[in-house]
Parts: sequence; C-alpha cells; structure tokens
Amino acid sequence: MFKILRKTFETGIVTRSYPERPAQVCTNFRGRPEFDLGQWSDSRPAAEVCPTGAIRVQDTGLARQVTIDYGRCVFCGLCAEVSGGAVTVTREFELAVQQRGDLVFSAEYALNQDGTNQSLVRITQPAGGQNDPGRNLRRTVHSVLGRSLAIREVDAGSCNGCELEIVALNNPVYDMERLGIHFVASPRHADMLLVTGVVTRNMEQALLKTYRATPEPKVVVAVGACGVSGGIFGVNYATVGGVDRVVPVDVYIPGCPPRPEALIHGILVAVGRLAQKLEGRPGR
Amino acid sequence: MNSFFQELRGRFGGLIRSFHSDQAGAISILLSGSDVRPIAGFLRAEYGARLVTVFAEDRVEPEGLFYNYYVFEQRPNPQFLILQVPIPADDRRFPSLAEDLPNVNWQEREIQDWFGLEAAGHPNPRRVALHDNWPDVHPLCKDFPIDQVLPPFEGEQHVYRPTLGEGVFQIPVGPVHAGIIEPGHFNFALAGEPILYLQLRMFYTHKGTEKLFERLPIRRAVFLAESISGDSSFSHAVAFCQAIEGAAGIEIPARAAVMRTVMLELERIYNHTADIGAIATDVGFVVANMHAARLREMIVALNEELTGNRLLRGMASVGGVRRDWDSAQIRAIRRALEIFEKEFRDLIALIASSDSTRDRLERTGILSVEKARALGVVGVAGRASGVDLDVRRDHPYAAYRGVELRVPVYDAGDVWHRMQVRSDEVHESVRIVGAALDTLPSGPWCAPPQPIPGGRCAMSAVEGWRGEIIHWVRTGPGESLERCKIKDPSLNNWPALVEAVEGNIIADFPVINKSFNLSYSGTDR
Repeated sequence: MFKILRKTFETGIVTRSYPERPAQVCTNFRGRPEFDLGQWSDSRPAAEVCPTGAIRVQDTGLARQVTIDYGRCVFCGLCAEVSGGAVTVTREFELAVQQRGDLVFSAEYALNQDGTNQSLVRITQPAGGQNDPGRNLRRTVHSVLGRSLAIREVDAGSCNGCELEIVALNNPVYDMERLGIHFVASPRHADMLLVTGVVTRNMEQALLKTYRATPEPKVVVAVGACGVSGGIFGVNYATVGGVDRVVPVDVYIPGCPPRPEALIHGILVAVGRLAQKLEGRPGR
Repeated sequence: MNSFFQELRGRFGGLIRSFHSDQAGAISILLSGSDVRPIAGFLRAEYGARLVTVFAEDRVEPEGLFYNYYVFEQRPNPQFLILQVPIPADDRRFPSLAEDLPNVNWQEREIQDWFGLEAAGHPNPRRVALHDNWPDVHPLCKDFPIDQVLPPFEGEQHVYRPTLGEGVFQIPVGPVHAGIIEPGHFNFALAGEPILYLQLRMFYTHKGTEKLFERLPIRRAVFLAESISGDSSFSHAVAFCQAIEGAAGIEIPARAAVMRTVMLELERIYNHTADIGAIATDVGFVVANMHAARLREMIVALNEELTGNRLLRGMASVGGVRRDWDSAQIRAIRRALEIFEKEFRDLIALIASSDSTRDRLERTGILSVEKARALGVVGVAGRASGVDLDVRRDHPYAAYRGVELRVPVYDAGDVWHRMQVRSDEVHESVRIVGAALDTLPSGPWCAPPQPIPGGRCAMSAVEGWRGEIIHWVRTGPGESLERCKIKDPSLNNWPALVEAVEGNIIADFPVINKSFNLSYSGTDR
C-alpha cells in the first residue's frame, strides 16, 4: 500500500489541460495537409499517390476539377512529397466538423496542353458553415448534455487503431473524466455514440440496433477516416461505407487515427462546448 | 538439406512435380495431385515439421485450377517449405487435415467460404468467415467482383450449439461489447459460475481486405497493410513490404533494416505495456493500469517523434522506410527508453507485490502445453504454454540476424505467465533497440525505386507483438497484386481461448481474454 502511494507521489500530476491550454504536438506530427492552390503546377502526382482517393482529379478537355476530401485523408504526407512545395503538411489536428461537406472542397483549373495546371479558375467552398441549421439544436444539446456526457463506443468495423486512441482518453495524460465525460457499457446509458470503422455488412444491424437502443436526445460522432468516409476500404461487397450511410451523424472527426486531443475536440464540438475550426478552408 | 529432398523424391516421386525457390527463405514443392495427406504426415512425423498456415488461390483463368498452399516450418531450418497443391476447377475438393491438425480447422473452412472449395472430411464444415445469413458467394474467386452489392441479409448470423442440462444457462455477449474493444460474439454456457463451454463468432469486422489488395496498386497497398490490425500497423506493413521485396528481389539498405527493427520493437513495447496494465485493471488493480497507460503514452509519443504518427503509420515503404532519423531523434529513443525501463521495472514490481493480484492471475485461464501445440498457438500465448517459437530468431529478417535474442518460454500457461512473457519481452526489446542503435549504419534508408515484376510469388514472416504474421503475395502486371494472403497470429489463437476459459469462473473471462488480447480485425480482415 505504501509502495503504491509512494509511486503515485513520485509520479506527480501528468494530466494535460487540453483544451484549456493548447496541445503539445511534436514537430514531426503530420496533421492537415495545406494546399497552396494558386501555386499548384500539377495536381496529378498527388492524386496518383494518395492511398485513399482523398485527392481526386477529373479532367474535361482543358479544364480540371481537383476535389480534396479531408474526410478520406490518412495524413500520410505523400501528396506533399510529390507536389513541389504546393502542398505542405501542417500540425493542425482539430478537424472535427458538423457537416460532411465541410471536409471537402474543389479547385478548378485551366490546363496547359501537357496536362499541367495553367491557372486557378475558382475554388468551390462546401455548403454549410455560416448557414448551419443544427446550431439551435446544439444549443439544446449543450444545455442537456454539455456538462455530463456518457459515451458508448461502437466499433462498426474498425482496424482497432481508433480504439487505441479512444482508450487513451481514459489514461492519466488525457483523463477525459476531468471534462465530465465518461464511457458507459451500454447504449441505454449513453448520450453519445462514438462510432469507428468503415461499417461492415456484418455490423450494419448491430450498429442500427445500438442506435435505436440509445435514448433521445442522442448525438452520433463518426471517428477516423473509415468512420467518416469509409477510408481506404470504401464501399465493397463486405462494407457499407462511412457511418452516415447507416445512422445520422452529428460530428465527423478525421484522422487515421485521430490523436486523443482531436477526439476531445470533436466530442466537445458535438455538444457545443467548442467551436468547429475547419470551415472548408482550402489553404493559403 | 539435399538429403532431405532426395528422401522426399524417393518416397513421393510420383507426387512431386517440381522444386523451386523463388526467394530466399522459402522453398516450394509443386505436387501433381490434390492429396497432401501422405507428404504432410511424413513431414510432421519424420521431420517434426509444423504446419504454419494453409491458404488457397484462384488460378482458374490462367491455369484451369485452384492452388492450396501448405506452409511448413522445420526448426532450426530457417527456410519455410511450401507445398503447392493443385485442385482442378472441375473437382473442387481437397482432403481435410483438420481431424489430425486442429490448427487448420478455421483456415480450411475459410478456404471453403472464400473459394467454394470443399474440405472433404472436415469435422465441422460449417461457415467460419462468412456469416450464416450471407448468400452463397465466394468473394475471393476471380469471377466475383469486389464491388458486388449483396442483397440485404436475412436470418441468424450464426446458429449456436445448444447446451442443455439441469441448471445450465447461456450468456450471449456482443458483438457490441461493454468495453472499448472490437466486435465479436461470445456465447457462454455456464453451470453456476464456471464456464462449461464457450462458442465464438468472429468476422464481424470482415471488410474485404484480401480482395481489396487485388485492386490497389502495390505502393498504395502498403497503407492497406497498415490497417489490417491497428495495434500491429507497423508489423503488418513490414510483413507486406518484405513480401513485395522478396518478389521483386529488392535488397533493403542496412540502415533501413535497423530502423525497421527499432520500430518493430517499439510496437511490441507499447502494446505489451498496455496489455500488462489492462490485465491489472481486469482484476481491479487500476493504479497499476494508470502507470502502464502513462508508460505506453511515453512510447507512442516517441513513435510520433520518429514517424509523425503515434501508431507508426506512414513510415514503412517498399525498399526500406520513408524518412531518415537525425541524431536528435536517435538520442530521443535512447533517452525515452532509459526512463521507460526504470519505470517499467517499478510497474512490474508494483504488480508482483500485490498478493491479491497474483492470486487472481496465477493458475487462471490455463492453456496446457499439449493443447497449445495441437491448436498451433503462436506468439505470446504460445510461449507462455511451452511453444518455443519466435520468427525473429527462427527466420531472421530486418536486422535480427545480428541480434542475440533470448526468447522467454514458460510451461504454466496461465494469465500470470502470459503477462510474464510480455514483461520479459519488454526488457528484451529495450535491449534490442539499444543494441540495434549501436550498430546503426549510415547511408540510405530506402532502396532506389525499381520496377516490381509481375507473376512472382513470395512469402514473408514477421514476429508481431502478438506472434507470427504471415503475408504471401503473387504480383500481377503493372505493379499490382493478384493475391495477397494475410495470416494474423490471432487466427491461430482464438480457438485456444475457448480451451483456456473452460472451467474458469465467468468473472475471470475478461482477464483471460485480455491476457491473450487477440485482434478481431486481423482475424476478420
């Protein structure tokens, strides 16, 4: 007993105070890739190497549409390696959004004969953001769930990477209970479903039943590239795609997996305690 | 080795069509008939060979047949022996080995489900990989398109065997569990508190991974390999890259080999540490878990400093690794591990000094040596039950050839010893990382890009932190894959969990399960 206490005192407090203080993110961390669209001379190499199709190029004659989807991104940084400085990897990780469209934007280019980008014609911002129909609802959710939130985690087909980071929320470094947030064993005790993974055909029914078993008002958060968009698995004979193909989703948290602070950010956005940071911003 | 082949030819001359060695580390024998039983029996009886894995491949279009591959290992011979067995497309049957070799029970049934081949004489030929409510499809056949949308499923996912008797009752658990873990269904039959019989239903997270490999270009497929099992991202990615390197004849630079070794050991350290904590928590010693979780956090933070990702993702690459380390990063490894090891000793001492914890862990969830051998249990669970296997020592890869490795093996087979194996291995890993860094050569960290030819086959094995990971590939035209077989150690070990819980009280199930800590996603793919 004394040994246990001595060790505890020796260790001291290791808990970090995110979100009151900014997260300690090491310099090598790969967060949101930023696109300098005006300086991007060729979008094809990035689309070619992107493992999940987060960067897509569609050419029609001498016009090109490049679609970038942070919801598919696994933050590998390959696009930055092949884009000659037009794409840079930032350390931003607070990418949770309330509408799927806020993770997507498109750039239209006029092309040179050799297929390189000649000039940027326009950037299409996603719908949503300013005119957000969910704002009032979130105010209600905040007043009901904001200070004490019970979460049921559902793995609907994940690789287990997201679960590792969700488990880390309970460790003494992130200690989510300090924010009044805790995990519960049954959906019947939950206010929020935190759902990971591309939804598999074999988990589709289980996810629906879990959703129905959760009392109103309830919030659903889709976690990770797979939960947001289907990720590298996408839609195939064994999968349905992202979580919103099966149940309505209130907040999307990109990442592969999202780091613990990104999860905290997204969960607090879902109950209206933090503001969404990403507004379909393409870059510089 | 030569005398071995002469003997094989002498005994089975008619059955053996050819020998070939596509890659270092494996020799293939092409058989002329589909009956592998005599030669498999001989290899096991005369040479003490172990059947590592069985898998199939659809070659109907080019060759008019399927192949089954039986991978054998015969220690201390570092080469794997692969029997390639043709199965004609017009007679899709092969003789089952599962009666004698329970470790291929699930694997043969997978072949039935994926390819529509029949394992003739299988003691339990029910579906294992596809749930009962799936239509009659065989997704890994080449004529099955990956995007095929199957009709809505109806009916039960699995029909469990009834357990009857006075006072016997069943507890169904899952697929959505109470903790933050992966989905699967456990059906317990109990009489009072002790567990009489456990039935498992896995493959809830089946996401078409092996089929998906056949569609992705190889360099993108590395990222799919990272998503086979999240906690083994780097091990699976290295296993995949090694298979491709074997197929293409790519030599990785010495610096890359050492860097891979360091990261493979870091993956082992962070998972073992988390597991030790989780075992403690499952018997109520939460303080120990908090220390363990804190130590795990130290290592995943180090991972991020070294690779940009806490789970070591985006670092493995065909030909080596994607980024080099500077001297500050190497100093960071040494510094972190020095602090870590001291704290880890404190953690283990804390757990060992708690009599109530020991009492709950010792003689709990015993997997006997005999059962572990029969079921082909590998990795941590195997070594705690007398199965002395470690790919790092038996089939060295990366920089393990130059490392003297102490492999902890115990016979007790209980939860305590599964924890003990982990604890021993963490110290060993710290030592390996230190020794590897001492020898870290300068130079390139990735081989120059070179084309990956089609039509090559190669196998690779990696000792992930759970155990033996096997990848086997056949490359296709234009840097694609025609087949990628993945065997996670969990696939071998799940049936052993059923044996280990028998007779234990239901309240000990969580800790027994945690002491195995098997991957659902790695099993289900």
